[in-house]
Amino acid sequence: MTGESQTILEVEGLRKWFPISRGLLRRVVGHVRAVDDVTFSIRRGETLSLVGESGCGKTTTSRCILRALTPTDGAIRFRTEQGEQVDVAKLPKAGLRPLRRQMQMIFQDPFSSLNPRMTITDIIAEPLLVNGVRDLETRRRRVRELLDLVQLPSAYMNRFPHAFSGGQRQRIGIARALALNPALIVADEPVSALDVSVQAQVVNLLLDLQDRLGLSYLFVAHDLSVVKHVSDRVAVMYVGKIVELAPTTQLFTRPRHPYTEALLSAVPVPDPRRRTGRIIPAGEVADPANPPSGCHFHPRCRYAVERCRVETPALRPMADGHLTRCHLAEELNLAGVQEGHPPATT
Amino acid sequence: MAEPILSVRRLCTWFHQDEGIVRAVDGASFDLEPGHTLGIVGESGCGKSVTARSILRIVERPGRVESGEILLRRPDGQVVDLVKLDGQGREMRDVRGGEIGYVFQEPMSSLSSFHTIGNQLIEAIRLHAAVSKKAAKVRAIELLTLVGIPRPTQRVDSYSFELSGGLRQRVMIALALAAEPRILIADEPTTALDVTTQAQILDLLRKLQAEQGLAVILITHDMGVIAEMADDVVVMYLGRDVEQGPVETIFHDPAHPYTRSLLQSIPSVLAEPRSRLRTIEGSIPHPYARPEGCPFHPRCVSAMAGRCDRSLPEPTTLNARHAVSCFLYDEDGAVPPSPGLLERAE
Repeated sequence: MTGESQTILEVEGLRKWFPISRGLLRRVVGHVRAVDDVTFSIRRGETLSLVGESGCGKTTTSRCILRALTPTDGAIRFRTEQGEQVDVAKLPKAGLRPLRRQMQMIFQDPFSSLNPRMTITDIIAEPLLVNGVRDLETRRRRVRELLDLVQLPSAYMNRFPHAFSGGQRQRIGIARALALNPALIVADEPVSALDVSVQAQVVNLLLDLQDRLGLSYLFVAHDLSVVKHVSDRVAVMYVGKIVELAPTTQLFTRPRHPYTEALLSAVPVPDPRRRTGRIIPAGEVADPANPPSGCHFHPRCRYAVERCRVETPALRPMADGHLTRCHLAEELNLAGVQEGHPPATT
Repeated sequence: MAEPILSVRRLCTWFHQDEGIVRAVDGASFDLEPGHTLGIVGESGCGKSVTARSILRIVERPGRVESGEILLRRPDGQVVDLVKLDGQGREMRDVRGGEIGYVFQEPMSSLSSFHTIGNQLIEAIRLHAAVSKKAAKVRAIELLTLVGIPRPTQRVDSYSFELSGGLRQRVMIALALAAEPRILIADEPTTALDVTTQAQILDLLRKLQAEQGLAVILITHDMGVIAEMADDVVVMYLGRDVEQGPVETIFHDPAHPYTRSLLQSIPSVLAEPRSRLRTIEGSIPHPYARPEGCPFHPRCVSAMAGRCDRSLPEPTTLNARHAVSCFLYDEDGAVPPSPGLLERAE
């Protein structure tokens, strides 16, 4: 395969603005810039994680890619099984149908994403039925295969969702997403509703399935420790924009944006010997309807200078290929996570 | 060791439902020392929240405290058993919100949207102290300043829906402190918050505790938060305290197989990308299908057939402050069973 055909998804200049309407005539008085100029790509078999705090636009980005939302602007080029590139952003609804088979979604809440009145066979087989697999026996055979794949006993086929625990339901959701052999899976906070002991099982399952089936994942999450386990590369979003994008280890050990540094520092470390050295940004996430001038992070940034207030930084590559949206990236020596950070106190 | 300010002894809180009895808390015992933070940690269904609600006597029907003692030690040396008080009675209402303040997870549903936050604070202040409305308002502004709300003189007249999640949680903390309690119970106080906001709120709780000499019970599922905040830790599983000790011991020398597995299954920001997590087999049992014997035995790697599945292990003390409920520790004579930490006050 050539380098180009290895890329399964290219998102370029993606924008999703939601209009704010006021008054009797519902005049548009402004826009919530939920996603504002987002560019990234995903290679075959790769996991790219989108991280950030609530309201940063990570979920809106993932919903645009699946065309659950129609983007305001930008291109979403998906490479199909046949090897052609299709711009999902501009396709009419009818043209999306064959593509939807190849991009599937895993949802956050395993309790509300399964219909309580359907047996799990019906839930998992529904995508097959919708896509024209008429023969009941074929469908049942495929459901058995899928249950096997997500490590659930096929004896459970005729039960209803209420009989399953959160972790088992999430496995059912994964089986449903895999039913049509997709190439790309968008997983929006797939393990954040699960207990720690069960979360570990589902994280491992997602990694195993990727190895076996060559899947590509767009992994949307706020929990940086889970992200560290699953991702090849990580994109950090803040108020609708990617502020940093780099290979996982590089981003965690040598962040190049002050917001990433603050996020990493705020994660509580499960070790009582490391309690000090937090960098906690003051204030709160900016309002995407009325973002601050210049760099959106400047009001909370401990390194901000006058230039950050007036000039909007661009997402630009550093010498090592690390992308950052910070004017001062070259000068700052930001702290990442490593053994001994925050410094151990005994 | 100082005399505990609050001692919970063999607390049982059960929910009587048509399908059967849910033993949400089934024999939990622990002590809270003055000026300390006691972390109660466990996964869903372990009874940590019901324990908090039992202490405050706000368990909803069909649940009720079946047996056990909740001993509150007053500054004059007098000891009251909260279980013996009438849950709705005068004395319990003075304890709840008066001597024991509390903060819950959902700041949106815990605050009224019909009253300004100032009026809610004034109500709480005047409920527990005979002061004029005017003096109470001055105190309300003081409290808002104390919890770090910017522009408190204006914010006192705003409504909860006008505030962000982080500010709302600060208001909740101000409300909890309104009557100058000696004990603060915080049930998942940061779970609904973003990681940078969580770091701010944890910082605030730590600061307030140091300034006011509060004893805090911090309930969470997040081992990171426990490691960062707690002096002492109680690990709960299916309604029982399976292990307790100083935070350093729990994280660096855990004894119970559940504590050990739980710590190993936490994802870490220091992990190698794409590394598998250690898992705990199976999932948390359904509340109606409680295992016989030790509740953890079906998932335990060290389970001993004929023993762990037949009888319930009682707490064994490993040293003055470290206790574990597991047959591994009284069988092989590692430490002979002796009356210790938990039986001391009985």
